[in-house]
Amino acid sequence: MKKNGKFSKVYLGIILLFIYLPIFFVVMYSFNESKSTAVWGGLSFKWYKDLLRDRDIMEALRNSLVLGVISCFTSAVIGTVGAVGMARSHLRMKGVVEYVARLPIMIPEIILGMVFMAFFSLMNLPFGMVTLVIAHTAFCIPYILMMVKARLVGMDPSLEEAARDLGASSMRTFMDITLPLLMPAVLSGSLLAFAMSLDDVVISIFVTGPRLNTLPIKVYSQMKFGVTPEINALCTLMLGATLLVLFLYSLLKRLHK
Amino acid sequence: MRNKTNNKKNNNMILAAMPLYLFTLVFVVGPMLYMVGLSFSTNKGGYGVDWTFTLDNYRQILEPVYLQTFVQSFQLAISSTLIIMLLGYPFGYFMSRLSDKGKSRMMLAIMVPFWVNSLIRLYGWIIVLQTKGVFNELLLNLGLIKAPLKLLYSYPAVLLGMVYALLPFMILSVYSSAEKLDWTLIEASRDLGATKAQTFWNITWKLTLPGLLSGMILTFIPSMGLFFIADILGGNKIVLVGSLIQDQMTRGSNWPFAAALAVVLTILTSVSIYLYTKITKVKELEVM
Repeated sequence: MKKNGKFSKVYLGIILLFIYLPIFFVVMYSFNESKSTAVWGGLSFKWYKDLLRDRDIMEALRNSLVLGVISCFTSAVIGTVGAVGMARSHLRMKGVVEYVARLPIMIPEIILGMVFMAFFSLMNLPFGMVTLVIAHTAFCIPYILMMVKARLVGMDPSLEEAARDLGASSMRTFMDITLPLLMPAVLSGSLLAFAMSLDDVVISIFVTGPRLNTLPIKVYSQMKFGVTPEINALCTLMLGATLLVLFLYSLLKRLHK
Repeated sequence: MRNKTNNKKNNNMILAAMPLYLFTLVFVVGPMLYMVGLSFSTNKGGYGVDWTFTLDNYRQILEPVYLQTFVQSFQLAISSTLIIMLLGYPFGYFMSRLSDKGKSRMMLAIMVPFWVNSLIRLYGWIIVLQTKGVFNELLLNLGLIKAPLKLLYSYPAVLLGMVYALLPFMILSVYSSAEKLDWTLIEASRDLGATKAQTFWNITWKLTLPGLLSGMILTFIPSMGLFFIADILGGNKIVLVGSLIQDQMTRGSNWPFAAALAVVLTILTSVSIYLYTKITKVKELEVM
């Protein structure tokens, strides 16, 4: 019964082709000697060399990574502790708070971006890394909440009760029992949040400072005024890094077995 | 004694939830309320806000030009959602029928592109679609066309970009509900003499509907706001509500009007989510 026909295999293949087609050309043209994407000027690594020398792009990349790590970490802490706290206490308006906390991914990004821009200027916050971190933390929290909550539902509460009956403090119970059990969910939520943060352009454009570029913002402005193949090279490298991590991960898993 | 420790535990847990409560209150509720307030204020131009109550911003939305923008955005969002549904549903369904190994490989294949910047993936489409691009060269060489087609900066190009950017979300949510499908039900239905089509309609379709619907929400909502796709693949020809809001916030500096647009857009999307939960009686959006 659980067998796929020929048609379904062809179908899966075609859609995958559709998904990977533009990526293939981005990678291919990162090795293009010519600057134009309309001509193939022969194989070359010159854009990779240029990339390493390009201070603007490197700084944008660094900003994006710093922003991703900080907002991912902050949201993981607030989200995980918050999800546990909400699940294990009898607070009023739990449902409402949860709904509102998830709002940032339930409404179009553009609204979140403009709302933050208006609000931060009302609060007189200096636009830059701080505003970026707050905004990104806000839209990262929902991913953590989603993952952690799903895991909490399937968790055996008697473990925590046992720890508390044996005299462990709330803090100790959380650190020794709850957190390790939740870790897979926290990690996958953080990974998702990190990917979203690294990719965000809509919200970042509204809350960044005049001189602070993240990678997506840099790419966006280049796309309006002409893209340099260095960006292709950078994305190829990032893709390569992702694949390498995946490969190492599967290798590690196989070794464990 | 027992009661006392329980109380203490409850207090500690309330404390644990506090950062989330506070953050949500200050940085989600606060800005949203500010947006609503702003939408009723009078435009002064520039950064300052004149807090004289007015409905002008909402009245302005009813002007034909802006109404047209809403209609166009909705049309685009609906057509991309429908196309995504048609393409994504079979994919998610077929994917759930793969072997365990096949499933995890396919999952990886869907997730890896997320790590390539979405703008760069759009740029890949520009390489393919531009006048001297890959697609035109192919058609020219095959002798199918005499002169290169103008594919970029058009409505279909924007539609393609939307479908491309949002398809994975549909695939993942259909997959997550098709994966949980109880195959014994399908076998039972077949054993009892139902045809393949009947079985699909009565069982598979009904049980995967929540996934399909949450996929629709997950594609419909972002497609209202992804102004950069319309910007990059559509040139200046296609103006969406998203582009309009951005324009009013930056170049236009009419914040109250931008806020009013955002309020209307929020209401429209909330209503569609509300209808979704009413129709399907599902409380959680199914993703992954």
